[in-house]
Amino acid sequence: MTTPPEHWHGAAPLQLLAPDGSLADGADIELGDDELRAMLRWMMLARRLDRECIALQRQGELTVYPGFEGQEAAQVGSALALRPDDMVFPTFRELAAALVRGVDPVQYLAYHRGTWHGGPYDPRATRFGPICIPVATQIPHAVGFAMGQRLDQRAACTLTYFGDGSASEGDFHEAANLAAVFEAPVILFCQNNGWAISVPTADQTVGEIWRRAEGYGFPGVRVDGNDVLAVHRVTKEAAERASSGDGPTLIEALTYRIGAHSTADDPGRYRDDDEVESARAFDPIARMRAWLVARGVVDDELLAAWDEEIEADVLAIREGVIEQGAPPTEWMFDWTYAAPPPGLEQERQEALGG
Amino acid sequence: MVAALNAALRDALEEDPRVLVFGEDVGRSGGVFRVTDGLQAAFGSSRVFDTPISEAGIAGAAVGLAFGGWRSVVEMQFDAFSYPALEQIVDHVAKMRERTRGRVDMPIVFRIPAFGGIKGKEHHGESPETFYVHTAGLKVVAPSTALDAYRLLRLAIDDPDPVMVLEPKARYWSKEDGELTVEGPGIGVGRVLREGDACTVFSYGAMVARCLEAAELLGGDGVQARVVDLRSLSPLDDGLIEGCVRETGRAVVVHEAPRTLGLGAEVAAIAMERAFDFLEAPVARVTGWDVPYPPAALEHRYLPSVQRIVAAVRRTVAY
Repeated sequence: MTTPPEHWHGAAPLQLLAPDGSLADGADIELGDDELRAMLRWMMLARRLDRECIALQRQGELTVYPGFEGQEAAQVGSALALRPDDMVFPTFRELAAALVRGVDPVQYLAYHRGTWHGGPYDPRATRFGPICIPVATQIPHAVGFAMGQRLDQRAACTLTYFGDGSASEGDFHEAANLAAVFEAPVILFCQNNGWAISVPTADQTVGEIWRRAEGYGFPGVRVDGNDVLAVHRVTKEAAERASSGDGPTLIEALTYRIGAHSTADDPGRYRDDDEVESARAFDPIARMRAWLVARGVVDDELLAAWDEEIEADVLAIREGVIEQGAPPTEWMFDWTYAAPPPGLEQERQEALGG
Repeated sequence: MVAALNAALRDALEEDPRVLVFGEDVGRSGGVFRVTDGLQAAFGSSRVFDTPISEAGIAGAAVGLAFGGWRSVVEMQFDAFSYPALEQIVDHVAKMRERTRGRVDMPIVFRIPAFGGIKGKEHHGESPETFYVHTAGLKVVAPSTALDAYRLLRLAIDDPDPVMVLEPKARYWSKEDGELTVEGPGIGVGRVLREGDACTVFSYGAMVARCLEAAELLGGDGVQARVVDLRSLSPLDDGLIEGCVRETGRAVVVHEAPRTLGLGAEVAAIAMERAFDFLEAPVARVTGWDVPYPPAALEHRYLPSVQRIVAAVRRTVAY
């Protein structure tokens, strides 16, 4: 058995599905076959699309793109555990979660196409906040939104994604403390993928991230982030806690960033290929597929059909992305203010050559 | 002015159930300057509440609340203590409307007791306006009187865009007779406080009172200086600046902020771009120095004094 990545050391994470596709003894899986199939299919689509995005960047059709290979279970498992009324505030690496939440991938990818900032999809309608680049700044947004949900007495919660590097930011600390003080119905979901660009988790933080929750006064959970069943379970429990007024939960999902930080990054400068190869033994998709095949929930025929559908979907997304041209110049000015001040109106005319 | 600001918050809380007031010490104690006095008792601790000492977290929470349709009025306890929130304000508060193509407004008000003149401790007397004015997506106002403070704060709270309200600490205890009303010109409109044809003195915040004092002294010597309270620093009232420069041909800008890239530079540029042919003298700047805000014992040597303003106007008029 290959040893897990270094940053998985310490407390054993909750695991329901072992890397070899065997279910933990006594694990009680309450999900129906349709739900289980959906988990696998979302992960397969996400991985295929992620690889396509890297290709699109190499072909000059996307600007810098941050891949997420290896993190499919962390994102799909958590996003599927939320209900439609729940809200998500992502970082810039949650395309898989965005897909699950129903965000149009072509609109999402406008961000990486370089045609709009933040996210040209509607964050309110999709319940998926704008793509957020400044590290950890989305965490207080999630807490604020959750405070509002509580004030509105809604039985709903907010989940925010962040990474091991984000957990070093002041915004993480401030947000976690605010969440506790205001009993915000929020899930702080850390995808600890072992690397913050070139800095390994061991050089980022010494303790285990999930343990910080105790200091803030709410529960922390460590989960195998490559086990979609375990991720789904802990997120669902956290969502139920939050929505029923029991406050925040910090989840540390141990996963691994198989690819580069982004297409502009060269991990060969700081990371051994051996490490990546070892980490592949913990692949989230392979284990779920193995288990579902063994259980008879999917078979080769269905998987082949999915592959075909996914190819077609990804091709359509690819075409949609490539069709996107530069937005009109006036869009730079249209939404800066609800009512543009006269000086800005003049600049707009100038920019338009008027 | 403190009472006027308090009334503005009270009326806004009364009129719109989505308005929230929060910050450090604003609840139980009513704020270090008592601007939020009694509001928690009147509106409850779910709408008026104390927060942990987390400026970035508070500003970020206001962003999240705005996604949920809440209108946050956030107090940053002192000017220099607003800086931890700068990333949230610049990266998110100011840009969210643009990033979401107008789908998500950020009706957030940051109230900041600002500027010097009260012999405060270090970091309690700064003029942060240039940071905010230079950030597209924000509006910035700085009232100089109680009635304007009421109106501008109400307008700021009603505004769909984020507004930084820089409250001049040195004028907190100033009094003004009149009716508190939201009626009147919107954000972006300055006003002439004193008529004059020899020169226009542009200012805002606590310095306006000194400019008026200087104008009175000059008037006694037959030099009639017009005094303009800019009130809104972003957007600036370009039209008023242009008109006054055209009419008086001379201009002096007065502010506490350091000279370099202060509002004085912008006013001078507007005067030059839009009224060059009418200028009879270079636009003069009477400002704080390009040094850190000094200790209390030197404050009077840093802030534009009535004498410095008078001297600048005389030089400009005699040019």
